[in-house]
Amino acid sequence: MNQLPPDVPAPYPVIDPLECKSCGRCVMVCPKKVLELGDELNARGYAFTRYKGAGCIGCLNCFYACPEPNAIKVHLPAKET
Amino acid sequence: MEQVVQTRGLYKTFPRKGGAAQTATHYCPGCEHGVLHKLIGEALADLDLQDRTIVISPVGCGVFAYYYFDTGNVQVAHGRAAAVGTGISRTQNNAVVVSYQGDGDLASIGLNETLQAANRGEKIAVFFVNNTVYGMTGGQMAPTTLVGSKTITSPEGRDPVQAGYPLHMAELINQLRAPVYIARVSFSNMGKLRRARQAIRKALEIQRDGKGYAFVEVLMACPTNQKMNVEEATRFVAEQMEVEYPLGVLRDRAAEAVPIVRSESDYAKETLDRIFSLDTDRAPDAQLTPDAPTFRVKMAGFGGQGVLSMGIILARTACQAGKFVSWYPSYGPEQRGGTANCGVVMSGTPVGTPLVTASDILVAMNRPSLEKFLRDVKPGGLLLYDAAMGEVTPPAGVRALAVPATRLAQEGGSARAANTAMVGVLAALGGFDLPERAYREAITCNFAGKDAVVQANLAVFDHARAWALEQELP
Ligand SMILES: Cc1ncc(C[n+]2csc(CCOP(=O)(O)OP(=O)(O)O)c2C)c(N)n1
Ligand code: SF4
Ligand code: SF4
Repeated sequence: MNQLPPDVPAPYPVIDPLECKSCGRCVMVCPKKVLELGDELNARGYAFTRYKGAGCIGCLNCFYACPEPNAIKVHLPAKET
Repeated sequence: MEQVVQTRGLYKTFPRKGGAAQTATHYCPGCEHGVLHKLIGEALADLDLQDRTIVISPVGCGVFAYYYFDTGNVQVAHGRAAAVGTGISRTQNNAVVVSYQGDGDLASIGLNETLQAANRGEKIAVFFVNNTVYGMTGGQMAPTTLVGSKTITSPEGRDPVQAGYPLHMAELINQLRAPVYIARVSFSNMGKLRRARQAIRKALEIQRDGKGYAFVEVLMACPTNQKMNVEEATRFVAEQMEVEYPLGVLRDRAAEAVPIVRSESDYAKETLDRIFSLDTDRAPDAQLTPDAPTFRVKMAGFGGQGVLSMGIILARTACQAGKFVSWYPSYGPEQRGGTANCGVVMSGTPVGTPLVTASDILVAMNRPSLEKFLRDVKPGGLLLYDAAMGEVTPPAGVRALAVPATRLAQEGGSARAANTAMVGVLAALGGFDLPERAYREAITCNFAGKDAVVQANLAVFDHARAWALEQELP
């Protein structure tokens, strides 16, 4: 896999640990397999999903597959011109 | 600049939900209702439609959609979204009406009006969640349940001999001429989800442009009641539901369709009065007189004895005199014979229930009616009964008078007007304090166009009234 050099901004998902219901839909649809269900429970009792920290390509699959309105945001860097 | 992709078109927090977790939906983990909410919300935001939109929440798991959509919202009775949506659309020409319904709601209890609204081409975007079960109530069989599928009401699996076959709503609606857009979508992989997103936007663009009916059927599982995790649920949709219910755009006439322009609805009181011929001086507005007594009168007899028109004449009289009135008939399916009764309420304040369960006055034209309604007369009340039925012993506290109604009618000049004779007696003894002129106008109006009949009935009225003034009430 072609690793981007670290100084080029990369897309990344932000998962709100409190809002995740641990259903696993985002994990299932992530083409890069960079999301995983953790074993830590949030205040509502769900083992929330975490981003492994690298590898997101900004496809937005997790955002659209996630049923919880406030669980996932995806940051996309400014397009190169 | 960096872009942050996040949910739009939905509220940021959901205070209507109350209780804990006002930032999360009420849906079960993994349920795709939330996915659909996000897609609809995003499209409404992108198309700048939130301020024009009214989302109709159904009965079903989507019942609380109004917690989430940052639009106008109404929540309606089970299956009634199409009727309410029609009302909204017809009264607010510019409204974008979104109807969000499950298969129990839309395809079972609401099937009739779903088809009627589609057939009329109402300006509604319908998002139909086909999850093959009644989710909210615990997983009962739905019209859309697959053959062989086990639900709590088909424990051996749906048997088509007993329960018929899965109902194909998109195909049914595709038989109708009016709908502009019909599609069936699912979220069972990302390509299909993106096509679903396009279909949802299309349905809403059609509403933006006022072009008419759009129907998007969304296949999903109910992971909770079907006891599936998200992988199993996704496989169920892809491998079983989509076989029974093929995905695709069944119709897209968005490009050819022209905006529907319906004439402006006019609910002004003057307009309604004109339509119902209430703008005449025979139907003056009622005057609020809170101190005036309220009268509840029950009139009963054989069908054909004119008890219903007796009630109408009395109600018209009171209306003419500026009272609030109601007239409430009850009769069998037969035109003659059988029994008939009506209740008339006359009041100085608006009438609540038109039912007369406890009456101040009972007018009984035959013995069965007497026996049926006598016990409902209030103490101190009045019983007028046709003398032809013989001796009657009223209960203690009820004043009674035998009225020879048929004889009075004959003497007055019209044997058929026994009911009008009773009105004459009521005018004399009822204690209503209504002007005589009002009675005459009501009788005239009741037989309008038949001059001889009007004259005969006025004569019977006068004769019976004069007779009654001579009587002594106990
Ligand atoms: C008039 C009426 N009849 C029956 C019910 C009970 N009831 C509540 S939800 C429901 C079915 C809901 O199923 P569906 O429309 O498929 O929605 P889902 O819950 O699966 O999303 C029924 C029958 C009701 N609330 N009102
Ligand atoms: S799809 Fe949403 S709710 Fe489900 S595990 Fe991922 S972040 Fe959590
Ligand atoms: S019961 Fe079924 S349809 Fe209802 S929220 Fe839960 S998973 Fe969704």
